[in-house]
This record gives sequence, C-alpha cells and structure tokens, in this order.
Amino acid sequence: MVNESDVEGIAKLADISISKEELGAFTSRFNDILEYFDILDQVPPGEEGVPDLGNVLREDVVTPSLSQEEATANAGGTEDGFIRAPRVM
Amino acid sequence: MDTDQQVIIGLEIHCQLNTKTKLFCGCSAEFQGAPPNTHCCPICLGLPGAMPRLNKQAVIYALKVAKALNLEVPEYSEFSRKNYFYPDLPKAYQISQYDKPIAEKGYLEIENDEGHTKVVRITRIHLEEDPGRLVHKTGRDRAGYSLVDYNRSSIPLIEIVTEPDLRSPKEARRFLNKLRSTLEYLEVFDGEREGAIRVDANISIKGHNRVECKNISSYKGVEKALNFEITRQRNLIRRGQYITRETRHFMEGRGITTSSRSKEEENDYRYFPEPDLRPLRVRSWLDGVELPELPDARRDRFMRDYGISVNHARTLTGDLKVADFYEQIAGVDPNLAATWVADILLGELNYRSMKIDEIPAINIGDLIALIRDDAITDKSGVEVLRTMLDHCLNKEDCPMPADIVAEAGLGKVKGGEFDAVIASVVEANPQAVSDYLAGKKGALNFLVGQVMKETRGRADPKVLNAQMSTYLDALEE
Repeated sequence: MVNESDVEGIAKLADISISKEELGAFTSRFNDILEYFDILDQVPPGEEGVPDLGNVLREDVVTPSLSQEEATANAGGTEDGFIRAPRVM
Repeated sequence: MDTDQQVIIGLEIHCQLNTKTKLFCGCSAEFQGAPPNTHCCPICLGLPGAMPRLNKQAVIYALKVAKALNLEVPEYSEFSRKNYFYPDLPKAYQISQYDKPIAEKGYLEIENDEGHTKVVRITRIHLEEDPGRLVHKTGRDRAGYSLVDYNRSSIPLIEIVTEPDLRSPKEARRFLNKLRSTLEYLEVFDGEREGAIRVDANISIKGHNRVECKNISSYKGVEKALNFEITRQRNLIRRGQYITRETRHFMEGRGITTSSRSKEEENDYRYFPEPDLRPLRVRSWLDGVELPELPDARRDRFMRDYGISVNHARTLTGDLKVADFYEQIAGVDPNLAATWVADILLGELNYRSMKIDEIPAINIGDLIALIRDDAITDKSGVEVLRTMLDHCLNKEDCPMPADIVAEAGLGKVKGGEFDAVIASVVEANPQAVSDYLAGKKGALNFLVGQVMKETRGRADPKVLNAQMSTYLDALEE
C-alpha cells in the first residue's frame, strides 16, 4: 500500500506536478494497480512465457545516422545545430 | 603523519571505449570535431519506440579490462535504468548497470609513495552509456539556457570503481596513470581524446564523513581537486567543525570544489532492470579473451632484454607509444636510446606539446647513432634534436640528423682543430692565464668555457679540458 506522501515523492521524481485535490485520486489509483500485481503473483510460475534469452548483441558496424535537420526536427528550439533546452542547475 | 589525519580516497573512473559505434546503436563513435547532432539516430536520441541494441565489441572490451584488472565475471549480469531529469539524457534515464555489473572484485598493482608495490582493490566495473554534451549559455534575460549536442549520447563507457585504498593525491594520480596505460595497452581506450576519462573521487579524513567530488576531467585535475579537498577538510576539523557528507563539484579553472547538492535534493535514481535489453551471460567468454603484454611485464622485459635501469624501463613503458618508439631504436644502443628518449626527448616533446608519434623513430635512431659513434657531442645532440622537433612542429619534413650536423657545422671538433682556438683564447685572456699559472685552477674552467663558446659546443669538454691544461702547463715551462 502506498500513501499520499509516497505519491507526492514519486510525482516529484517524475517531474510532474499534482495538486492537493488530485493527490487522493492518484493514491487510490496507485493502490489499484498494486492490487493487480497481487493477482498476478497468484499465477503459478510455468514453462510458458518469455524464453530466457541472453547475450542478444549486434556487431560493431557503423550504420547511417540521421541528418542534423532530421535529428533536431522535433526540438522546441535550435541554435547552430544544437538543441535548445531550458537551463537546469 | 598523524594517523588521525589519515587520508582515505576511492575513485570512480569513467573511460570511453574506442569502439567504432555507440553502445546501443550503429551511429559512428568518431564524433570528435563533427557538427552537433550529426551522429544521432532514433535510438541515441531516445525517440519513442526506439529499442537499444547492445554492441558486442563493447562487451568484449569490458571483459578485456576485467581480465587485465583481475576481476571476476559473474555468470549473470544485466543493465538497469538510472532515472533522472537532465537535458543531456534524451530518454530521461541512462542505461547503466546497477546491482549486477559485468565484473567484480579485482585489483591493480601500483607503486606507493615509498616506492613499494601496492595493491589497489577494484570493487567493480560496469558498462554504461555516455550522456550528451551541454553548452551553457547566458541569455538576454540572464536566466540562461543550454545547448545540447547528442553526438556523445550513448558512446560506450566503462566505469571502474576502486575500494577506498588510496592514501594520498599522488597515489591517486599514479593509480590513474597506471590504469590509463593498462587500458591503452589493451587498445580499448584512447587517452588522448578529450574527455576520454572522467573521475569522481570519494575522499575523507579517517573518522570523519566522506565527500564525493565530481567532474574531474584531467589527470592533473585529480591531484589538484584532492589536495584542495584535503586542505578544506583538515581546516574544518582543526576548527572543530563538522564535515558534511555531500557531493561537491570540482571547478577545474579555479582549482576548487564547491558544494553542489543539498541533502533534500539528493537524487533517488529509482534503478530498475532495463526491460529493453536481455541479460548477459558472458563468463565463459573470458577464456577466449586474449591479453597483450601489459605495462609491468613489458617493463620487466625491457630491463631483462635491454639491460636498462628500472626507472628508464618504467618511464618508457608507461606509455604504449613511447614503449613502441623505444623498441624501434633500441637496436642502435639500448642504454643510449633509453637515456635519450626517457630523459631528453620526452621533455623536449612536452615543452612543445608534441606527441611522440609526431617524430619519425628513424630520425632519433640516427641521432643516437651519431652520439654513439662520437661524431657529435651530447650538447650538439640536443641542438640537433631541437632543430628536428621544431621542423616537425611546423609540419615540415623532419630533416635527418646528419644533414643538420653538416649544415650547422655541429660535427665534433677533433684534434688539431682545437689548437688555433685555444691559442687565440689564451691570447685574449691574459688575466685568466696568469691566474691559472698562479695556482687558481678555477681559471681553467673559464678558459675552457671560452673555447666552448667559440666552437659552439662542438668540442668534447673532457678532451678540451685536458688539452687546455696541457697547453697552459707548457706555457709555464
């Protein structure tokens, strides 16, 4: 079970602002989701599911990159080929 | 030293691996000097739906390092997400390794301050992606903004974490030098690349809180940052103050550290296993990883095969390129070559900010042959060396030593060539001559110095000394 201060902390880490009014609703939704996991925990472990693959690797071979225009196309702002971002710190 | 003031240092070292492509995509890792955001694709830009694909070469390089530093490779390792918000990470998380790193528990041997072998334990090494590069700007509104270049985003890094086994800033520097040369010998790392190595240092005075010092990006910076921190912490202790457990930022330009994060802002990275990558099971690969001759082994071989001193051998093998250079010319005369490369050439290169591969080995080999054959004096040899280096520095063809000697008339003055100069110096300095004849033997040095000046250092001082005193003694009779 999570409480309202857990949800406040998670919201802060996720950089999302939640109003006092919303806090209760989010807390109960969080707990609903956690309850689903309690249900999933009851499923017995079986042979089925994702095979236990390991070492999925690619060779060190260069593939083409995007152009600067393509790479920055979704940016809110650009300057001399850089992406402009709000200053953090 | 007062044992209560014992300094305790542990390092976290991030090194860029020199793979051809990035850690999780095929973008070229050769991004140095490229225009911003030209080595990017949907994966390293963190576009929605893009899936990372792990570079096999980076894994092999990490295993090479693990083997060279005597680490154990667990049966199972995996990647984790380290979540935080900062514009250098387009995904809002960095793919790193957390509780299941690729290798654990190793060591590297260095020399301590007393010259004895010291074992520095390595806690772990793990693979992770480099973030992008930020350029901070100040806007008209003074609030400022950042410019982001994602060319560096997802360049493979290994982070090497040591136990708190280092006891002085000098020792930390020596550890880094040894680590750097080891990585270069393994050919997994290019230490000359800007930003190829970045260090965080944990430092404390025994019995007090530990401070993490971040953002050290040069070898010299490590020593500077640690010295600053030790002084700061000791001063606080002396004044009876408390050392706050905190993260501090090293400001390279000013040589100081500043507090960068208050406690309530302490990051919670919410690590969890990276769902887009399968785990690694690579312990068995370690058997197939072959190691080259490493610095210590090469040092010992140089002493054995070339009969050179431990100090020369250590200097020459500390840098892979210097060691290779030496071996190309050691055949001329192993001891003379060791002296000229370790004691003279490296200093002259450093003075000009040149690297050893900017001068052809054959030129230095020929120079050493001239000295060996007594064709020029050591002093002239230095002059020839400087002339060659200056040409190389100006990107001109490097002249051969014999040509410089011929052109500048630097050939050693032999036998009869002295006589006329000696005679004229004696004639021009009657006071010194009479001083010498009156028993002031120091006057001989002055007269010899005059001849050296006249012959621009081409005379062999030992021979000249003998000849001058014979000449003067003959005057007396």
